[in-house]
Amino acid sequence: MQIAVASGKGGTGKTIISTSLALCAPGPVQYLDCDVEEPNGHIFLKPDLTSRERCTVIVPQILEEKCTYCGKCRDICRFNAITLFAKTIMTFPEMCHSCLGCFQVCSEGAIVRSEREIGVLEAGMAGNISFVHGRMRVGEAMGVPLLKAVKKKADQEALVIIDAPPGTSCPFVEAISDADYVILVTEPTPFGLHDLKLAVEVLVNFSKSCGVIINRADLGDARVEQWCQQQKIPVLLKIPFDRKVAEGYARGQTLVKIRPDLRPFLQALIQKVSA
Amino acid sequence: MKEIVILSGKGGTGKTSLVGSLACLAENKILVDCDVDAADLHLLLDPQARSQNEFRSGVKAKVVSDRCSGCGVCVDLCQFEAISLSHVAQINSLRCEGCGVCAHFCPEQAIILEENYCGNWFISDTKYGPLVHAQLFAGEENSGKLVSFIKRQARELAEETGADLILIDGAPGIGCPVIASLASVDMVLAVTEPSQSGWHDLERVLDLAAHFRLQSFVCINKWDLYPEMAQTIEASCAQRGVEVLGRIPFDPIVVACQIQGIPVVCNEQSPAAAAIRQIWQDLRTR
Repeated sequence: MQIAVASGKGGTGKTIISTSLALCAPGPVQYLDCDVEEPNGHIFLKPDLTSRERCTVIVPQILEEKCTYCGKCRDICRFNAITLFAKTIMTFPEMCHSCLGCFQVCSEGAIVRSEREIGVLEAGMAGNISFVHGRMRVGEAMGVPLLKAVKKKADQEALVIIDAPPGTSCPFVEAISDADYVILVTEPTPFGLHDLKLAVEVLVNFSKSCGVIINRADLGDARVEQWCQQQKIPVLLKIPFDRKVAEGYARGQTLVKIRPDLRPFLQALIQKVSA
Repeated sequence: MKEIVILSGKGGTGKTSLVGSLACLAENKILVDCDVDAADLHLLLDPQARSQNEFRSGVKAKVVSDRCSGCGVCVDLCQFEAISLSHVAQINSLRCEGCGVCAHFCPEQAIILEENYCGNWFISDTKYGPLVHAQLFAGEENSGKLVSFIKRQARELAEETGADLILIDGAPGIGCPVIASLASVDMVLAVTEPSQSGWHDLERVLDLAAHFRLQSFVCINKWDLYPEMAQTIEASCAQRGVEVLGRIPFDPIVVACQIQGIPVVCNEQSPAAAAIRQIWQDLRTR
């Protein structure tokens, strides 16, 4: 069972919800932080990170002594990662999408595998939660291969909680693509509603079941809830604004530590969406 | 002409609310919303579209079923697990990166590449000046290319109209749309909040700006929710030589204004608005 916690809009409370869901899970549980650009789950769960792997993608390296400058590799590359001037050939590894087209077309054996590091994958235990996150290298543009590597660690035997990145483009889609249920965390503001609608549009395309948590539920208006009702999307939980939560969150405390009374609600929520 | 981009790393720290207010305060500028997958600036600025245009970028593979022999060559070549076989090849277009390798090697020429229509972009008029914005279709890639594209449009418009400033609302994170929004800017204003997460993500965004040798400034939104952390962030900025231009207090009027669809500086009573005016006074002279 995989539950993804996503939002569209950033800063609505994905991480505070997903970390506490992991803490409330009944059996074996795994937390995958799929926001590889800005992973924050470790701040709250404080895992003991015991493994660390470099995450790399394959990029071409050209052996000039074998290259005949035929230009086939440049022609197949749709990402402008290979440029050819008369008798000089250059690669731009940061433009490369690792499609391996250039390796396939080179008939001279002049292209060999090199790699570009896109980030690191770290894992360990946080109490009884198996914790995995990816940290994208600063300056790297493509987070999706690292996100895929984090998802590959998913434990089939455990309840997997996925903390998804904000937005609605490719990293978001990749994060939710294998989820059995998606919890969308929003806030009752025009920004929250606008981005919630975009996220729901994607989930409908994927025929994903989803429900909504309204965070800071009293700092805004009723339009988010009305819209959810119209769309028949269940509102799973409403959490009012509470300075104590804001302060505890700021210090890196988990929601269930600050508000232990929410634990039964989160447990019930897991049960409901797992059913 | 100066270009300023507003970033944050972490989402929801107040980028768009701040840009909406700076839009009121700054003169003779072009506004750009570079958060193309969850654009919100238009909700504050009530834009009237002057032009709407299609954004096409890259290609997607498509199978011509009656030519496909089901040999599976494409399935083996595709590095993105975008092709599966059930009698004939099936392409998952959301996974397809448009590399064209499948089409190149298909022995039956059964795969064609179609230009990808992945969003719309607009030039609009607002009360506060022209706004260049876009909407990437849900689930699409190429957000970095769309960001580069609308920034180019904004620059052309700025040259035509003799604008002094391009003010850019950036995306959260540090990935491709953010990197694209940094090209040719003069400075980065990073908005953070006084939390462990806000600080952690700010550090990464400042590292990114430094990586591209850009000058950064910081402002701390909702600073009074955790004053000690605001202080920690200020100390850490000082250590890396980044100036903190101001602190904005937590102020429920910000949300009230968002609900009315107006920038918070339009409210004379708002303490947040007063802080933002001060930040702009400082920033404009840099």
